[in-house]
Amino acid sequence: MLSLIFAGAGSPPLESLLRANPRALLGAVVRPGRPLVHIHFLDPYRPLASPVHDLDGRVKFILAVAFILTVSLTPFGAWPVYLLLWSIALSAEILSGLGVGYVLRRAALALPFVLAAIPLAFTTPGTPWLEFPLGPWQLTLTLDGLLRFANVAVKSWLSVQAAIVLASSTEFRDLLLAMRAVRIPRLLVAMFGLMWRYLFVLVDEAVRLMRARSARSGIARRPADAPGRRPGGSLAWRAKVAGGMAGNLFLRAVDRSDRIYVAMLSRGYDGEVRSFATQPVPPGARVTLWIGLALLGLLWLGGILVWG
Amino acid sequence: MHIPDGFLSTLVAIIFWVSSIVGLAYALRRTGKDLGERQVPLMGVLAAAIFAGQMLNFSVTGGTSGHLLGAALATILVGPWPAVVVMTTVVSVQALVFQDGGLLALGANLFNMAIIGVAVSYFVYASLRRMTRGASWGLFASGFAAAWSSIFIASLAAALQLALSGTTPANLAVPAMGGIHALIGVGEGLITVGALAFLYATRREMVGAAPAAAKGGRGVWALGLGIALLLSVLSPLASAHPDGLEWVAEQEGFLEAARTPLFNLIPDYVLPGVSNEALATILAGILGTLIVFGVVVAVAYLRRSGKPAA
Repeated sequence: MLSLIFAGAGSPPLESLLRANPRALLGAVVRPGRPLVHIHFLDPYRPLASPVHDLDGRVKFILAVAFILTVSLTPFGAWPVYLLLWSIALSAEILSGLGVGYVLRRAALALPFVLAAIPLAFTTPGTPWLEFPLGPWQLTLTLDGLLRFANVAVKSWLSVQAAIVLASSTEFRDLLLAMRAVRIPRLLVAMFGLMWRYLFVLVDEAVRLMRARSARSGIARRPADAPGRRPGGSLAWRAKVAGGMAGNLFLRAVDRSDRIYVAMLSRGYDGEVRSFATQPVPPGARVTLWIGLALLGLLWLGGILVWG
Repeated sequence: MHIPDGFLSTLVAIIFWVSSIVGLAYALRRTGKDLGERQVPLMGVLAAAIFAGQMLNFSVTGGTSGHLLGAALATILVGPWPAVVVMTTVVSVQALVFQDGGLLALGANLFNMAIIGVAVSYFVYASLRRMTRGASWGLFASGFAAAWSSIFIASLAAALQLALSGTTPANLAVPAMGGIHALIGVGEGLITVGALAFLYATRREMVGAAPAAAKGGRGVWALGLGIALLLSVLSPLASAHPDGLEWVAEQEGFLEAARTPLFNLIPDYVLPGVSNEALATILAGILGTLIVFGVVVAVAYLRRSGKPAA
């Protein structure tokens, strides 16, 4: 039923996730030893017991950003450095218990964007490798071009792995604390927190709206199901219906925010956004942080000195 | 339009991080100063609603579908400064949690979607609303125009960032990104109009009135105009650059530029042969923008002067 609703291929990764696991929408799951929680298909956090999960969120956040920065700063052609960086990512994936397969599957969701780098393979001057005509143009694939393209793809692929490990092994609450620790303004962090708090509520609203739409209009997924007829009128009409639903969702959100505001007032809200005092980073995590940063710094230096 | 990590050079990523931080810091200050405490939960929940609203898709053709992006709608509903904060929240959480856009590239993505998207939306919406004198058709026309131009201009910015980073030559990136997003923008415009129609029917006070002259709105308006003009001039210029390849290669070596003497770079940029064609494209860009605005203003004035007589 739900897979019917998500017949289109639009916004990744929302829909891909839904298509992969539509049953996750069904909601509350009881797990032994844990309170009844609403496991939402959107939340990438995977509660596991692992050294990576246990590491302080602030340290993980800083290390992940430093890793992505190192990848970005590694010069073109420093393949051994990329290999070493990948080994770091792989060891984090294995240590975290998430599994390499899980991370790589999620990383594939971000891959379509490499289309944007494909012209590099054809426009970089160098040894011609393959020539073929495409319409009026004669395209020349060069070896250097291919390497440059591979370089961009590898950078992107390594970076997204770090981001996935961070998001899958850190609760959002800890990410918020990490953002406070790196001095992201309090109002903005409060915004992130509020958004996360109500995201699942509003996604459920959106899913209800879509369920109502498909219940009203019926769906013919293939032309063979209803020959000569397309579901739901013209394109503009379909867009307008979707727009009406968006307006409806916004209206419900605004009404809800009024109720939230009143609830906040009754709990003593005075317009000031407050956050809990943060605990100092434990010494063990501090050591991990410095070792990690030193390692990344060494890799960066090596890349710059040998290939820069 | 969410650029992942690896596609922007470090320098470009950092430049846009700094620009976004400056813009966002200003927006946060304005939001904190001008708006009531009621806005805090409103902005948070609206950000969640935009995220959830992006799931409301409609099939276009052959398995593809369109969906809302939301910068224009947020700008129309809560005004420019809170909309910057709302869109920043949406785009940041998408990057941080869902890997929709990279972390290092987040600065550029914020700049395109939160700052450019909102400023251009506000500029188009506020101008057209004022010109149409609060007529109800004006609401929908301005909503459509604001949504379309926010998507289109933001995609030009993304294309130029990719070109600056040496990832995609400008003469490919600009037409490709611009072309695709000109179509996506139509979908965004239609959905935005649908949402406005729903709100107009149910809660006219939320969208019916012409936008109150928001404090500092003039600044956003000017910023939107500036960005729209700059990008519509820069993009054809960049893509018409006859030596796009060398230009890109030079951008690729942007970091080395500090080491190479500056005069090595300059001759390639200001060759007289190049600047003629470049000048022509610049003029064409300015002319095109002026013509569009001329038509809009003329239509609005005709409409306005026609009304009392009728």
